[in-house]
This record gives sequence, structure tokens and C-alpha cells, in this order.
Amino acid sequence: MANEVEIVGLERRFGSFVAVNGISLEVKQGEVFGFIGPNGAGKSTTIRMLCGILPPTAGSGSVAGFDIRTQAERIKQHIGYMSQKFSLYDDLTVEENLTFFSGIYRIPSAVRKARMDWAVAMAGLEAHRSALTRTLAGGWKQRLALGCAVLHEPRIVFLDEPTAGVDPLSRRRFWDLIYDLAGRGVTVFVTTHYMDEAEYCDRIGLVYRGELIALGSPNELKTGVMREAVLEVACARPQDALEVAERCTSVREAALFGAGLHAVAADASRATAELRAALDAAGCTVSRIEPITPSLEDVFVSLIEAHDRAAADKEAAA
Amino acid sequence: MNLVRIHAIARKETLHVRRDMRSLLITFAIPVMLMLLYGYALSLDVNEVPLIVFDQNVTPASREFVSQFTGSRYFSRAGHAATLRDVERAIDRGTAMAGLVVPFNFERLVQEGQAAPVQLIIDGSDANRAIIARGYAQLAAATYAGRVMLDEVARAGIRPPEPPIDLRTRVWFNEDLASRNLIVPGLIAVVMTVIGALLTALSVAREWEQGTMEQLIATPVRRYELVLGKLAPYFVVGLCDLMLCVAMGSLVFHVPLRGSIPLLMAGSVVFLVGALGMGMLISIATRNVQLAVQTAMMVTYMPALILSGFFIAIPNMPLAIQWITRIVPARYFVTLLKCIYLKGLGLELLWPDAVLLVVFAAAVLLLAVRKFKKRLA
Repeated sequence: MANEVEIVGLERRFGSFVAVNGISLEVKQGEVFGFIGPNGAGKSTTIRMLCGILPPTAGSGSVAGFDIRTQAERIKQHIGYMSQKFSLYDDLTVEENLTFFSGIYRIPSAVRKARMDWAVAMAGLEAHRSALTRTLAGGWKQRLALGCAVLHEPRIVFLDEPTAGVDPLSRRRFWDLIYDLAGRGVTVFVTTHYMDEAEYCDRIGLVYRGELIALGSPNELKTGVMREAVLEVACARPQDALEVAERCTSVREAALFGAGLHAVAADASRATAELRAALDAAGCTVSRIEPITPSLEDVFVSLIEAHDRAAADKEAAA
Repeated sequence: MNLVRIHAIARKETLHVRRDMRSLLITFAIPVMLMLLYGYALSLDVNEVPLIVFDQNVTPASREFVSQFTGSRYFSRAGHAATLRDVERAIDRGTAMAGLVVPFNFERLVQEGQAAPVQLIIDGSDANRAIIARGYAQLAAATYAGRVMLDEVARAGIRPPEPPIDLRTRVWFNEDLASRNLIVPGLIAVVMTVIGALLTALSVAREWEQGTMEQLIATPVRRYELVLGKLAPYFVVGLCDLMLCVAMGSLVFHVPLRGSIPLLMAGSVVFLVGALGMGMLISIATRNVQLAVQTAMMVTYMPALILSGFFIAIPNMPLAIQWITRIVPARYFVTLLKCIYLKGLGLELLWPDAVLLVVFAAAVLLLAVRKFKKRLA
């Protein structure tokens, strides 16, 4: 399979601030690639460089086979882009927004109507074609924006936090649309900071402070990246239990999770014994302790903390 | 040339204009306001200079002399003074601009054929008006003196001599010497400069601020398509503004339009494209609505008002400033309009101005396209 996106050592500086620091990755055709990371990690900056609207300060890359430095305008013919901020025209109707983009993408008049009908149906906006976009609810706006971005049947779509601030049901529906696109062979490059959405992706890249700190399928990351075990602890009075768990020498870190705790430890059996004893002694009756497959959130938290520790060590050494 | 994309952009921009009725109304209110304001307020004619008279003689002769002033349309009576202090006070307070002091022995001196010393005091703080008022006064006094001399000669039974010079003045182009006839055509140029730039100043900057531009630059749209497409609807609005100004010139200010209307329209269309392009260029360069509007006002309104020759004659300016006026496009449009309106000139004489307007329009459009970057930073 050909790589639709390929970047090597991509870097973008704004003055002395390094927004994207040497990111390299590949996205295959038809893949749903998730770009995950906290706000300000450099996700949008990366996506903008890939769309040819922000020149990189170093590194190289290609999208749809075209160089992001020298062939930006060629790239733009093959991609759909949905920017982070809702960016359709508020004072135009659904229909007028679609008409505008079908003109911009020069969709032949023979298929224009069919494409617009398809986009309206996809967004579920049949009853609102002549409604002003400003009056639409968030989820509908996002689906309309996606419709406008894929009207011209691009090979790759870049979606920058498409579900931010949208209700859970609409998020779910939006992801159905993403799968739909991928099913048609469209490559989807999507950024999010919702961990549950990361699970929906074929492959994910974790960015933190401008650096790519993990890359792989959700399963690979959950099983391969973490060397430590995660223990799920079900016990009484989890708030107090958290303090007790943090004092245990075999537990590297602990966090409240649901009605219990998640504890990360290098040696699962030693930690299980120590936790059970300490918690029972403190009066937080333990009903169950068992190792679990870490969630992506566990993986990311542990990776980010490891990254911060390494950075702190480097600073201390220097 | 891709008409599909230009059409798509023009259509979208038209919808913005139509959905924003308030702004559309403002684009018509501004020209009307400016036309009325400058058309009425900015008169360079000096009429009815308020004159206070201190007549110490009070005889038929002195009254006749005074009526030579107050009977004309150039002076109006601003009261009677009983003392010289009254004259001073009236000029200080500004109730009178000039004071006429007739000596107590005026009649006797005139009858004895001696020169009667009459004093005229003029408030010179407005030098221009003062100079014109002085001219009127000298004319009034000379007319009176001439008549007295002729009477004397006639009484002596001698045939009055012919005046050595018979100056026959004919005023061309503006027979009434009404400054309004000169101001209104120039005013149309100023209004079109300002409105042209203001119309487009928002168009690009607003899209950057609202974030819609980020979407647009990620599409294959070409820069010139964007600039031309955005220009189109404002061109139509600008044409309506132009018609409005021309109609007001004729119907409200009764300024004669002597030249060819097609030429007036053609010149205005070219200038309008340039003015709109200027606004677009500013909008593109600033990417910020507020800054764009302020810049547009700064670079169009002030130069058009002061450096275009609209009401301050360029030949009266210092040489350095005269050179600066050469880069003010409104200058050429002012010339064009004044000449078409008042002199009825055609392209055979106006072609240099017309060519410069075409160059200006082409240059700003080219600059706007070049300055527009499909990049965020």
C-alpha cells in the first residue's frame, strides 16, 4: 500500500518556540490515523503543514505524493480540510455553503447536484437545506463542515478536532461518517484529545510538547509500550485508599478510577500483596485486586510522565 | 481564467452583502452625508462680509458712499458705531469682519475736490477672506471716487475723457464664479475614493478573523480568482454609490454637467476598480478588520481631501508637496471630473489622467493578488 502521508523530521518554529519538533510518520492509504495529544501539543500546526497552508521550518514530507514544501497547491486539489474552528459561512444557508464549495472545487455541473444531495443526506440536514448555518446545533454544523470538505471526493481528509465541544451522540455519529469515508478508501487524518476516540483509529500517534512520543495501533500501544502492569483495585473509601496506595513502595503511581483505583507497578504480584495488606490495615476493605490491560489513557499518562521525567533529568544534568 | 470559481466567490460575497442590510445602508448613507456636508458647508465664496460703519459725517455724501458698500451683495450691515471703540469691539467679538470709518469732514473734502481719508479695518485672521473683502472694498471705493470725478468734470462743462483701459472680463467654465460648481465634481472623487476603499477593506480581513480564510486557503482556489470574485459585488455597490453622487450633483447642487456622460462613467469605473483594489490590498495586508478600516481611512480620505486638488489648489502648494500629490490617485480623478463637468473636455485632452487611472487600477489589483498569501504565516 502506498503512503498517502509521509513526513520526516518535520519542524515548525514560531520565533524561539518550537511548536512541532522533528515529527516523522507515515499514513497508509485508507487508514484512519489519529493524532492524539493535549491542547497545544502541536497537532494543529502539524495538520496545517500537511495541508500546505503553513510552511515547515525544517524537515520534509509529502501528501498524496506531492511535496509539502514545493507542491502545496497540488496537494490542495486532493485533500479535504476541516479546521479546528468552525469555518463555514454563518450567514449563508446550508445549501449556499455547499454550492460555494462545489464551485470552489469546480465540481462538474453534471454531478454537482448528486454530490450536494449526498452531503446533505450524510449530514442529516435534509430538512434544513435552507436554514442559516448560524442557527444549526454544534453536531450538525460539524457534519456540514465535513460534507463541504469531502464534496469533491478527496483522497485524504484532514480533520482538526472535528468533535470538540459536540455532544456524545453527535460525536458517535460523526465517527460513523469517518468510518464510512475510510470504507470508501479515503485516508483520514484526524486529531482529537478525546481518549475514547483514539480507540476508534487504525493507528495513532501521540504528540506531546511538539514531539511524537508513541506511534502504533491502539492494541500495540496498550500491550507493547508499557513495561509496567496496571492493577485495578476495588475497595472501600477510595479517596483515603489513594493516599495509602501512594505510600506503598512497590506502587509507582496511583490514581482514582471509577469507584476504585488504578495502580501502576513494575512487579504486579509484589504490589498486589503490599496493597492488600496496607489497605486492609487502613480500613479500606479490599474486595478485589487484579492486573488489567491498560487503557490508552493509562498508556498516555504513563508515557507523558516518563517524558517529563526524562526532560527534568536532562535539565538537572545540564 | 476560471469563471466557475470567480462566480462562486462573487455569489457568496453578494450573499454576505445582501444579508447585512445595515452595512449596505451605511454604504449609501456615507456618500449622501459627505456630499451634503461638504457640498453645503464647503463654500469658498466670500459673500456678505459683515461690515460695521462709523459715519462721523452723516451727510448725503457720506451716506451715498456707505451705501456703495452695504448696497452690494459683498457686504452686509453689521450695525452702526457711535465711537471708534464700538468698531473695535464689534471686530473683537466677531460680529463684524470689517469696519468702515468715515471722517467728520467727508462731504466738505469731497466737494472741495480733496482726497477724503476713509479708514477700512479688516479682521485679517482669515487671510483668504480678508484679501477678498479688501478687494471688494477697494472696488467699492474706486467706483464711488470715479463717479465723483466724472460728476465734477461734467459740472465744469468739459467732455469726460474716455478711460484709458476698458477691461472686459469674461469668465469661462464657471460663469457664476460659484465655488460649489468646482467643489461638487471634486467631492464626487473624494467620496468614491473613501467608499471604494471602505467597501472592500473588510472583505478579506473579516475572513481571516472569522477563520473561514483558513478553510479557503486549503482549497485549490487561485489568488486572482479570490481577489476578482470578491471585488465583483462591491463593484456593483460602488457603481450605485457613483450614480447617487452624480445624481445629487445635478439634482441637489445644480452643478452643470457639460462633458460626455459615457466618458464620465468610463473614467469613474476605472477609478472605482482602483479604489476597490486599494481597499482589498489593505484588507489583505492587515488581516485585521479594525486595522483595515483605520488604514483605509488614513490612506484614502486624508490624501483625497487635502492632496487631490479637491478644494486646495495644487499650484498654491509648496513644490515638495506638489510632488507628493502626484502619487495621490484621487488627484487625477479630481482633474478628470472637474474637466468633464465644467469644461466639457474629452479624451483628446484628458488622456494622460485617464491613462494614469488605468495604471493605478491595474497596479493595485496586481499588488493585491501578489500580496495575498495562501499561507497562515
